[in-house]
Amino acid sequence: MHELVVLSGKGGTGKTSLVGALAALGRQQVLCDADVDAADLHLLLDPDILERHDFYAGHRAVIREDSCLRCGECLDWCRFQAISADFQINPLLCEGCGVCWTLCPAKAIDFPENLCGQWFSSETRFGPLVHARLGVAAENSGKLVALIRQEARQLAEARGLDWIITDGPPGIGCPVIASLGDASAVLMITEPSISGQHDLERIAALVDHFRLPSFILVNKADLHWPMARAIRKFCDVKGYHFMGYLPYTRDFIQAQVEGKTILEYDSNNQIKQVVAGLWKKLRQEIHQLNPPEPSKATARAARP
Amino acid sequence: MIISIASGKGGTGKTTIATNLAVALGEPVQLLDCDVEEPNAHLFLNPVMYRSLDVHLEVPEIDPARCTYCGKCREICQFNAIAILPNAALTFPELCHSCGGCFLVCTEKAMISKNRLIGVIETGARGPIRFVHGRLRVGEALAPPLIRRVKAETDNGVLTIIDAPPGTSCPVLAAVWGSDLVLLVTEPTPFGLNDLELAVAAVREMELPLGLVINRADVGDRRVHDYAAREKIPIFLEIPFDREVAETYARGELMVEKMPEWRGLMLSLFERIQAELEGGRLRKAAAGSR
Repeated sequence: MHELVVLSGKGGTGKTSLVGALAALGRQQVLCDADVDAADLHLLLDPDILERHDFYAGHRAVIREDSCLRCGECLDWCRFQAISADFQINPLLCEGCGVCWTLCPAKAIDFPENLCGQWFSSETRFGPLVHARLGVAAENSGKLVALIRQEARQLAEARGLDWIITDGPPGIGCPVIASLGDASAVLMITEPSISGQHDLERIAALVDHFRLPSFILVNKADLHWPMARAIRKFCDVKGYHFMGYLPYTRDFIQAQVEGKTILEYDSNNQIKQVVAGLWKKLRQEIHQLNPPEPSKATARAARP
Repeated sequence: MIISIASGKGGTGKTTIATNLAVALGEPVQLLDCDVEEPNAHLFLNPVMYRSLDVHLEVPEIDPARCTYCGKCREICQFNAIAILPNAALTFPELCHSCGGCFLVCTEKAMISKNRLIGVIETGARGPIRFVHGRLRVGEALAPPLIRRVKAETDNGVLTIIDAPPGTSCPVLAAVWGSDLVLLVTEPTPFGLNDLELAVAAVREMELPLGLVINRADVGDRRVHDYAAREKIPIFLEIPFDREVAETYARGELMVEKMPEWRGLMLSLFERIQAELEGGRLRKAAAGSR
């Protein structure tokens, strides 16, 4: 089984639109939306949600007012400034470290499990989709990413599907790191701007850190050809597989407005050819790469 | 006054608004780029950097000569950063959240204070603008401690603009926490709307005033506008799609320097922000006197 993770570093470069297009091309895949704190893939795929699960991760400290001696020890211990002078714990600031709960001399602190969101197992017109919704201002997005990727993998095994296509989060932090462990390859989609290039260099360095094969695509290339070509040159110098250019077109937005992937919106356009070529090339390359079993160290580093 | 610029969805124009607003004001202002995973504001501002500071988190190492393998440190650690075997104690510094619990519970003085580099803070200036950003070390998972460290550089009393990371989870919270107002930059597309709704819920959880900038306001559909009207969220500014803006941005140039009308746009945005804050103060005062 192969898992292709689509990342970008910078947000808004077209990850989700591209994953939608890849989904429309293939049929033998499980789709996974790992951008759990701003998930959008479901807006293109209109899933029938078959299963809903609560996602609990970590704990939150709560002071029982009637038992609290107001000794103030917890104020000194808490490194996250989560406890106010009147002994209220702000759930938005509490890190869930349990120091106050463990050490409180009056045992006046509860430490309930934390509901951080929900995840869903769904069916779409392009195959199964595993997706999630992180709670408002919640933590543990990395754990949720790891969980839904594991569910996607189990689903692919159970259904005998060869591919998982994962729509990743922006950035290079905890949820991105959680989207990389055990992946087969990473497709990075960027845009021809100084920030697109800067952010690509950082995400590509992170992918190198995990020793994963990297493929790079420049979206909206005609918005600034000199920068688009500079990114291609960067790929050549660094030895990343350059996969081509996509043009800027408002069709992506119009397709989104109609709840369609770009291939369903206009099936004869240039985009379809580029995306079909891209998918074919990716499949061949990833099959050939036949990636080795990931080491224990990478699996551990993937934990949030 | 602290104004945070956030978005939910990435790539909607946070950095464009933050940098152009700071330059257009032409008065002492500090810009804190809190998108430490992918900081971009410096690319447009080109500040002269005059200070660079490594940022570390305290993590434990266990002194085998003192450790009795009692397991107290492992019990308090919620992040699986400590493992105790019959004759060995291991720490996994990359998993540590630096809560300090293991240091507090160890009775054998076996915990040794070590550091993990999480990133760097750089400080610079461009004319009247003081600039601070954080750069997360590639491979580091925890952005919030570095974001909090960038914010600790805030010089109170000077107008502060915070360029926040995308999303709605803990890094956004760390960046936006303590602001006087949150400006959400969005675009009128289904993805923009979906992520805006999530961002609004997060800002409301923090009980902060908010306003919208709708970028590329003429693409997509009207659902973001309808949503704003329904939720009574003020729209401070709408910017139509313009290829020249996209090209200026691509080159790393500032709109206020290349397109004169942008100075007026940014100043009117700032007036709307001030009016909203003033209105909020009046409403609060009225509610208080009632």
